[in-house]
Amino acid sequence: MNEDAVSDSGWFRGVDPGDGSSARHAIEHGSAESPAAWPDHAVESGFVDNRSQYYEVLHDVTTAVARTQVREREGTDVQRIIHCVRAMDDVERVANELAERVSAWAGASFDDPGTGIEYAREIADETAADSEDRRGALDARLSSLAAQVRALDDEGQALRDTIERVTPEVAPNVSMLAGPVLAARLIALAGGLETLAKKPSGTVQLLGAEDALFAHLSGRASSPKHGIIYVHEYVSGTAPEHRGTAARALAGKLTIAARIDHYSGDRRPELQAELDERIARIRERGD
Amino acid sequence: MTGTLPTGVERRRFDSNERLATRGQPVYGEPTDGDWRAWDIRRSKLGAMLDRGMETGLSGDETVLYLGAAAGTTVSHVADFAGPTYAVEFAARPVRDLLTVADSRPNLFVLLKDARKPEAYAHVVEPVDVIVQDVATRGQARVANENRRFLKQNGRLLAVVKARSEDVTADPTDVFETFRSQLEGYEILDTERLDPLHDDHLAVVARPTW
Ligand SMILES: C[S@@+](CC[C@H](N)C(=O)[O-])C[C@H]1O[C@@H](n2cnc3c(N)ncnc32)[C@H](O)[C@@H]1O
Repeated sequence: MNEDAVSDSGWFRGVDPGDGSSARHAIEHGSAESPAAWPDHAVESGFVDNRSQYYEVLHDVTTAVARTQVREREGTDVQRIIHCVRAMDDVERVANELAERVSAWAGASFDDPGTGIEYAREIADETAADSEDRRGALDARLSSLAAQVRALDDEGQALRDTIERVTPEVAPNVSMLAGPVLAARLIALAGGLETLAKKPSGTVQLLGAEDALFAHLSGRASSPKHGIIYVHEYVSGTAPEHRGTAARALAGKLTIAARIDHYSGDRRPELQAELDERIARIRERGD
Repeated sequence: MTGTLPTGVERRRFDSNERLATRGQPVYGEPTDGDWRAWDIRRSKLGAMLDRGMETGLSGDETVLYLGAAAGTTVSHVADFAGPTYAVEFAARPVRDLLTVADSRPNLFVLLKDARKPEAYAHVVEPVDVIVQDVATRGQARVANENRRFLKQNGRLLAVVKARSEDVTADPTDVFETFRSQLEGYEILDTERLDPLHDDHLAVVARPTW
């Protein structure tokens, strides 16, 4: 079959009706300059027996193609979100380290230096531009370093904003329950939405606590009750004696949410209501 | 009211309100009455056009190419009363929901394609009686022009132009004027603004000239 013939014929040309994968390939990658009475052509060429059979086949194939494409695209979206959340952590860590350096250095230059990123932001603009004398030159470097901290801090915020906007599109239910940033972290720790969806809830409960778990298994510590989900208010805000129960309840709902996000994508607001109720009961009565 | 409703679309009472309705599986939480489901004209611009009695030329059972199907709010109703319905949408996220809509509608064919590149679906889509266009993106006239090849001779283009998609700062009236002047190979039969149901949207009924 030559190229010209392909680009001016229906998707079913040269496709064996029993061969789903070549049909899907043709729908996805084929092309034509203009439309034609494809259902009639398909009947005439013997691809199908009649028009209604044609539409049945077309429905199956278009649906299968779109479903695969959606899965694939969402898979790459998830990989990008994982990079984004890791980048955010890198940027915040580096910003904090440099801010400490700025603060220590400022202690040698000025009376009464502050601390942290806020202080670095404050002095980022303060000191004058490069100067000839020794002290001026050093202060200029300090101020420039502080400006780098500010830029990193801004970038960290921009990464966080992006995660907050994008994660709910890919994992609406996990984001609803955990908040978008924790949702992104859980997905990153699991290595993807699909892998998160396939984990038992006991594993989800301990995601991010791998070191503690290892220490426990080698007899050096008691067993951890929660991993990264500790940052969720429903765990950290629950009295210590009920925290394990709260962590288990949250992990259970997150696991269900991840499965819905991966397999169907429906929004299920009732998951939130159920979790709220469950946590209220745990805090009240401990079960 | 001048325009007649296509066969398969009726005005029916839901909780004491007379509303447009079609027969099919519910999709977006709309009220139902037996097989009938209310068509929410606040969420659907085509619904608003029919409700206002615009002469759309729709009679029921036609072949439709729907551009910008999103999650399927409107195209679900179209597939309820029309024949083969080809739904083009280029964003993956809403297509997930659109696939659920298609599961109960054997005449709805979902195509994850870009409406600015008709060659990528002309090998699948047959000539149609009606193009419904609601792409809410820049270059809405170009999309209509590019897709004219799909219209049968006495076919209809039912396009909704969203002013803010072309230019947020411009006066909508100017945007609509530009759209008309950029439309090529069509004769405009009717236009109507859809305010206040859909602010700054212009509904256009046109037919191809040959
Ligand atoms: C206003 S929404 C459509 C709502 C839908 N017609 C309804 O009433 O249910 C516009 C849709 O057009 C889609 N869209 C924009 N540009 C497109 C293009 N070039 N090709 C295909 N779809 C496009 C957007 O992704 C969006 O889902």
